[in-house]
Amino acid sequence: MSESNWKLWEVFLRSKNGLSHKHVGSLHAADADMAIKNARDVYTRRSEGISIWVVPSEEITASSPDEKDPLFTPSDDKVYRHPTFYDIPDDVEHM
Amino acid sequence: MGTNVSLEDKFQAFVDAENKVEPKDWMPEKYRKTLIRQISQHAHSEIIGMQPEANWITRAPSLRAKLILLAKVQDEAGHGLYLYSAAETLGEPREKMIADLQSGKAKYSSIFNYPTPSWADMGTIGWLVDGAAIQNQVMLTRTSYGPYARAMVKICKEESFHQRQGYEVVMKLAQGTPEQKAMAQESLNRWWWPSLMMFGPSDDNSPNSEQSMKWKIKRKSNDTLRQEFVDKTVPQAEYLGLSIPDPDLKWNEERGHYDFGEINWAEFYDVIKGNGPCNKERIAHHVKAHEEGAWVREAANAYAKKQAARKEGDASAA
Repeated sequence: MSESNWKLWEVFLRSKNGLSHKHVGSLHAADADMAIKNARDVYTRRSEGISIWVVPSEEITASSPDEKDPLFTPSDDKVYRHPTFYDIPDDVEHM
Repeated sequence: MGTNVSLEDKFQAFVDAENKVEPKDWMPEKYRKTLIRQISQHAHSEIIGMQPEANWITRAPSLRAKLILLAKVQDEAGHGLYLYSAAETLGEPREKMIADLQSGKAKYSSIFNYPTPSWADMGTIGWLVDGAAIQNQVMLTRTSYGPYARAMVKICKEESFHQRQGYEVVMKLAQGTPEQKAMAQESLNRWWWPSLMMFGPSDDNSPNSEQSMKWKIKRKSNDTLRQEFVDKTVPQAEYLGLSIPDPDLKWNEERGHYDFGEINWAEFYDVIKGNGPCNKERIAHHVKAHEEGAWVREAANAYAKKQAARKEGDASAA
């Protein structure tokens, strides 16, 4: 990073209490305080949020798309994890 | 090469099935390049687009008009930032995009190379220029690259305010004194044709369009979007009692669309090449603002470094 460029931060917003923070985009800032202030200006000009998280982009570890199969396909054949796998007689109501 | 072809086929099938491509997914190099070019160009347009409007902030005719114009120009900055953010997910550094804009290697919408000598232009830009932008951007909310599509959704919500406030400015003039109405008409006369040029070259002269449509980056051709814009805008002008400066403009019952005159493509290409009325001024202003801000960026970095060092010192002392 050169002296005149600020590092990249990912921005997450909670739109209201009861909901999780959600990723909305990124921005550049010199430090965390500035990242919060910039996020306020860039991503919440119309009451989109009541709480902001900022995380340096370089701190995020992501799974690779190449690992998609080994990571996620094992759950595809475990149909017994879903309630619809089980036959409950119609006579038994409200289960 | 063999595996390359099959990866590209797989990618095409994935896009054909209306799946969104996300940053870390495999994509053809040309898809990445096309997107970087298009998204950064789009971002630059938002940023340079602040200049013609900022021209009137200090001279807005009322406090209400000034607040609205300030909010609009601030939105354009925000739109530029959402788009730079989307382009950066493709691995293109921000400083490179800025350098390409300033060197002239990257383009921006040619419309912003026209001057804004009249207050009426603040209305006409919102009405026509933002109107044309919306036509394009609504299509792009369904583009195949996820981060670009998401940025567009947010932008479209905000652009709707831009177009409506613009129409309101023009309407006030059009319904005002004869002098005010003449101001609105004069402004429309200057902006009509450059607005139609915003959709880009006609389909038979748009070499990149076909591939972009195939990859679902674009979903409608330049000419289709332009026709939709004309069809929507003519009744809006009629309501205002303003006349569109095109003697060939008339409703075609058979086509169910308005026919309109030939665009001056020589002018379009000339402005793109850098010979529009304000090209040099726009870039010079961008360079000046960027250079004058350099010490701020450096000072903020120095402060952040110092704060971080102090925090570390406190932690090791404890």
